[in-house]
Amino acid sequence: MFLRMIRGTLFRQWKKMLMIAFTIALGASLASAMLSVMLDVGDKVNQELKTYGANITVVPKENSVLSELYEVEDGSVQGAYLNEEELGKIKTIFWAFNIVDFAPFVNVTASLDDGTEVQCVGSWFDHHMDLPTGETLDTGIASMRSWWELKEGSWLDEQLLADTADAAMIGKDLAEKLGLSAGDKIHLTGSASDRELRIAGVYDAGGTEDMQIFLQLDTAQALADLDGCVDKIEVSALTTPENELSERAAKDPSSLTVAQMETWTCTAYASSICYEIQQVITGSVAAPVRQVADSEGAILGKTQLLMILITILSLIGAALGICNLVTASVMERSQEIGLMKAIGAQNLSVALLVLCEIFLTAIVGGIAGFFAGFGFAQLIGHTVFGAAVELKPMVVPIVAVLVVLVTLIGSIPAIRMLLGLRPTEVLHGR
Amino acid sequence: MSLLELKNVYKIYGDLHALDNVSLKVEKGEWVSIMGPSGSGKSTMMNIIGCMDKPSKGEVLLDGVDIAKEPKKNLTNIRRDKIGLIFQQFHLVNYLTAVENVMLAQYYHSIPDEKEALEALDRVGLADRAKHLPSQLSGGEQQRVCVARALINYPEIILADEPTGNLDEANEEVVVDLFHKLHNEGTTLIVVTHDPEVAEVAQRTLVLRSGKLSKEVVNEHFTGKIHFD
Repeated sequence: MFLRMIRGTLFRQWKKMLMIAFTIALGASLASAMLSVMLDVGDKVNQELKTYGANITVVPKENSVLSELYEVEDGSVQGAYLNEEELGKIKTIFWAFNIVDFAPFVNVTASLDDGTEVQCVGSWFDHHMDLPTGETLDTGIASMRSWWELKEGSWLDEQLLADTADAAMIGKDLAEKLGLSAGDKIHLTGSASDRELRIAGVYDAGGTEDMQIFLQLDTAQALADLDGCVDKIEVSALTTPENELSERAAKDPSSLTVAQMETWTCTAYASSICYEIQQVITGSVAAPVRQVADSEGAILGKTQLLMILITILSLIGAALGICNLVTASVMERSQEIGLMKAIGAQNLSVALLVLCEIFLTAIVGGIAGFFAGFGFAQLIGHTVFGAAVELKPMVVPIVAVLVVLVTLIGSIPAIRMLLGLRPTEVLHGR
Repeated sequence: MSLLELKNVYKIYGDLHALDNVSLKVEKGEWVSIMGPSGSGKSTMMNIIGCMDKPSKGEVLLDGVDIAKEPKKNLTNIRRDKIGLIFQQFHLVNYLTAVENVMLAQYYHSIPDEKEALEALDRVGLADRAKHLPSQLSGGEQQRVCVARALINYPEIILADEPTGNLDEANEEVVVDLFHKLHNEGTTLIVVTHDPEVAEVAQRTLVLRSGKLSKEVVNEHFTGKIHFD
C-alpha cells in the first residue's frame, strides 16, 4: 500500500516532482563539478604554474652552507660544483614522472675587448638528452624561462649549433648599455679561454638576468676551464602543496614516525622530491624555491576556497528551492494529508511517506546531477586547464551525503507544516 | 452503558460558544441525526465525537473512555479503531483507485487486504468499479466508496457529516438505503445534516441552535427509508 501511494504521488505530481528533481540535480551538479575540479585542481594548477619557472634548486652542499650563512638564496655563492654527468640521474628518481624540466647553470665572468666585465651564464637552451632509462628528454631554459620576451632575433637553437656553439643571448639592459643587437658579434675572454659569439637574440627577463649573457653550457665551462662543472640546477616539478608534515620532514626527516615517513615519501611534496634528488646528485643540497612553492600553495588554496564557496552557495540555493517546492506540494496535498490523519495515520507515518517521495525524487535528481556535474567538470577542465578532469571516487559519497543533507534540510519546513496540520481544518475547508 | 455520552460539553472560541452545555446519549446500534442551521455547532460536535477536537469543558465518554482527557496520539488510535468517517466532499485520494482508497483505511488500521476491500465495495454496490479512479466515478459512487472506506474496519460508530450534501435525489436515496442496511446490521450511525428529509429517516433527531440542543424528536414511525415530498 505504501508503495502504491508513493507510486501514485510520483506519477500524479510528476511535474512538481520533476521540478524538485531538477532543483536537486542543479545543486548536485554544481557540487559534483566543483568537487571534481577541486580535487583534481592541484595537479592542474601545478601544471599551469610550471610555466612560471623552477620550483626546486639544487646547489653544491658547500655553497648551500655559505648561502645560509650569508642568507643568500640566489645561488650566487660559488666555490664548489656539481657534476654535469650526473644530471640525467634526476630523471631516474622515484618521482621521475613529476620532473617536468630541469636545466644546469654555471656562472662565469668574462670581459669584452674594451675591458668591460660581463656576467655570463652557461645553460641548456633546448638540450636533448638520452637518459639512462632509455628514454629521451628535451629540456632547458627555452621552456623554463617561458616568460622571457624576445626583443630581437630568435631563441638560441642548440640542435642547429651542436657542433659550433658560437651563439649567445643577451639581456636587453646589457645590450642597450653595450649598444649590441641581434646578429652582432662579441668577443668574450674568460679566465681560461676566449670565444667569439654571435648574438642570436635579445631578451627581456624583467630582472637581473637583463644584465647577463646566456651561453651554451659547454661554452661557458670552456671560458673558465670548468669542464663538466655546474654550480646550480633548476628543476621544475609537479608537486603537492606543502603542509605541516612536509615542512617538518624538510627540516629533519628523522623526526618522522615510520607511518609519517611513508606518507611523506609517497607524496609528491617538493621537500620529498628534493630529498630524492639529493640522493642521486653527489654533494648536493636540493631545496624548494620558497616563493614559487608558497605561491602554488596560496593559489591552490584560494582556488579551492572559491570552489567550496560556490558549492556551499549552490547547495543553499538548492535547499531553498526544495523548501519552496516541497512546502507548496504539502499545501496542495493538505486535504489528502488531513484525510490520512483523520482515518488514523500518525504524524510519523505521514511524514515518512512524504520524505520517501522526496528522497526518491532526490535520488533521481542526485544521479542526474552527478553525471551532469561531471560533464561540467570536463567543460571546466578543458576550458580552463586544457585537460580532462579525473573522476575521484570520493566525490560520489560526498555528493550523496550533500544531496541527503540538502534534501532533508530543505524538507524541514514542509514537514513541520505537515505535522501541524489538523484534519478538522482541512477537511471542512477551514 | 451508552456507547456515546456527552456530559455538559462546551467548546469555546474566545467569546463564541460553539457548543454550550450539550449533553446527550447515543446507544449502541442507534441511528441518530443531528440537525441545525449553519453555525449551530453541528460540525464542532462531530469533530469532538470523531476525536478530531477536544471540548473546552465537559466529558465525552466513548465506550466508557473519556476522550476529552486522552492525549492526541491516543485520540488518533481511538478514531482509527472505533470510528468510521464519511464526508460531504468524499475526500477520496484522487491517485488511488476505489479499492485502494478503501485499503488506505485498512493500511492505517492494520493490514491492507484487497479481497476484504473488494467485499466492502460489493456491499455498497461498486464491485465493478473497484479499479476506477475517483475522477472516473460519479458523486454518488464516490460517496459509496467513502461509505465502504468508513465501514472496512468494522467501527463502532459511523459519523457522517452532510453525507448527501453533494448528491442528487437518486444518489441520496442510495446512500440512505446503505445507512439503513448498516443500521440493520447493528452499526451505530450519527448523521449530521441540515436536510430534514435525511434527518427524519433516523430513529432520533437532535436539533442544535447556537451551540445548544434545542429539540429532540423521536421518529415513532421509523422505517429507515427516505420519503421525498
